[in-house]
Amino acid sequence: MIIGKNMTGRGLLGMVCAVLMAVAWLVVTPSASAQLRVDVTEANVEPLPIALPAFEGKSQISDRQQDMAVIGQDIAGVIAANLERSGLFRSLPSNAFIERDPSPDRRPRFADWRPINAQGLVVGGVEFMTDGRIDVVFRLWDVFAQQQMIGVRYQTTPDNWRQIAHRISDAIYERLTGESGYFDTRIVYVAETGPQTDRTKRLAIMDQDGANHQYLTRGDFLALTPRFSPTAQEITYMSFFNDTPRVYIYNLDSGKQELLGDFDGMTFAPRFSPDGNKVVMSLERNGNSDIFIMDLRTRDIRQLTDHPDIDTAPSFSPEGDRIVFESDRGGSQQIYVMNQDGSGVKRISFGKGRYKTPVWSPRGDLIAFTHSSGGRYSIGVMRPDGSRERFLTESFLDEGPTWSPNGRVLMFFRQRPFDDRGEGGSYSVWSIDLTGRNERRIPTPGDASDPAWSPLIR
Amino acid sequence: MTRTAPSPKLFMIAAAALLIAACESDSGDSDLYQSEAPSTTQDTSNQQNVGAGTRNNNVRELPYEPGSGEELEAVAGSRVYFGFDRYDLTARAQQTLRDQAAFMRKYPRVSVLVEGHADERGTREYNLALGARRANAAKRFLVSLGIDPNRIRTISYGKERPEAIGSNERSWAQNRRGVTVVQ
Repeated sequence: MIIGKNMTGRGLLGMVCAVLMAVAWLVVTPSASAQLRVDVTEANVEPLPIALPAFEGKSQISDRQQDMAVIGQDIAGVIAANLERSGLFRSLPSNAFIERDPSPDRRPRFADWRPINAQGLVVGGVEFMTDGRIDVVFRLWDVFAQQQMIGVRYQTTPDNWRQIAHRISDAIYERLTGESGYFDTRIVYVAETGPQTDRTKRLAIMDQDGANHQYLTRGDFLALTPRFSPTAQEITYMSFFNDTPRVYIYNLDSGKQELLGDFDGMTFAPRFSPDGNKVVMSLERNGNSDIFIMDLRTRDIRQLTDHPDIDTAPSFSPEGDRIVFESDRGGSQQIYVMNQDGSGVKRISFGKGRYKTPVWSPRGDLIAFTHSSGGRYSIGVMRPDGSRERFLTESFLDEGPTWSPNGRVLMFFRQRPFDDRGEGGSYSVWSIDLTGRNERRIPTPGDASDPAWSPLIR
Repeated sequence: MTRTAPSPKLFMIAAAALLIAACESDSGDSDLYQSEAPSTTQDTSNQQNVGAGTRNNNVRELPYEPGSGEELEAVAGSRVYFGFDRYDLTARAQQTLRDQAAFMRKYPRVSVLVEGHADERGTREYNLALGARRANAAKRFLVSLGIDPNRIRTISYGKERPEAIGSNERSWAQNRRGVTVVQ
């Protein structure tokens, strides 16, 4: 359904509601009795001011004091960067802080934080323990209500401090928005190097903020379209290993790879089912691509679509009962939904242009897609019945959305065009939230495409 | 010269030369694909006068192995081109494939790989499917001309292996291609 239709059918309010749906924005409550809170239905443009002073560093062993001070600063920095990237928070500059060296062992001096308009205050500490591990504690304070909203303690090895920072970010985000977080997650993507005519494409994995980057494949063969399993321990992707394009499963624990069925034709476009027991993908035979599903335990393969046109890019609903996919059976690429057994095929995209690469939100409420029209590309979302379509981005080429585990943010990749001398083009990974306002480039060491967001593992 | 009869190899080269001549003369739109093929054949026929009583030395030696990819490129062209989001074969593409089929009939032991490619517009997975359609369209046409399907393997590279770099119509047209590679 196009937005204009919404507008005439539901009036301006309905249109505004449709546009404002879904993304969390912090609404500061004026009274001291009500707590700091994010209302997920509001699209306030003002991010919440939050103060994140360096975590207090302590050590039970004398020579680690300085290390802990550094880690304490770094933890606060990672949390601040996470919250800022969400678009929902504004981290206040530390040179404005009045209370110096706040400690999680003391109540903050709220009178010092109100003048700089800090509405949320995170005070934490990191302590090196005699057993060689670190103890990290934080408290989130509502400055105006003068109340603690959450306090948590973690213990881990010192080299794992970044993950603790992400978990604290998630805890803060969850406490203030009521939504689950997405910071303690990873991204698998395709790292691109070399000339365009003979591109090297390697699987690479990194934290959601670009840290802890590492390559998974050597680049001897093209690697495309990686996607996480629900446990985040496996990745299904397509490789041109031995010049035979096939779907594989890569196990992150063992580093082992497994061919997913050796058929006469190419297999591609794989995705796990929500229970992780099946992979749905396209299989090409004699030039025609249909959608098949493989049971990973029995290795049985079942054909879901049987059509002379291209059927590809399948993606399960979070309940596992339906599959969204793209097909050009109607004359151009459009989005269709079917039951998980292949029955009940129904077209859901009817707007102008082509609709491709549908991906069902982990919340189930939306389907993200790639759209092209008039030589421009967009990442968009619509409801599973095709209504309330909205475009969030636009460029020469935006492709391949992937959902944050809480269904509030999308990543995708963007190609910048090449000039007539074949220069100036690039590939990079970006994120956009559901308001369409908070678009950010994800840092990668080089050109990057085909991002896939991991689930949140707890 | 001690040999009394030309070797079979020489016959083959001569036959190839004749075939090239035939192809060049009887196909109306040969210039369309000839420009894509490097003109590497050496014509030695006019390098010396042939006197009475000497052997007819009107032979040109081709600079490629018989049945090689270079020969396919020279006698047929290895590439066919497609329209945007299309996989039907143009008249020109069909002629190239007819010439490829003639080459394959001449060298019955030669097998080929037909690559299908797409331009950079379009999503990765769809372009893989589209490349497969293009490769298969070329294969089907060759099979319809009597070539054993077991001699033709196909692979799709989607938009992963462009030949021309540039986000413009000229480059895109060059990249929407099927490429026949002698195995």
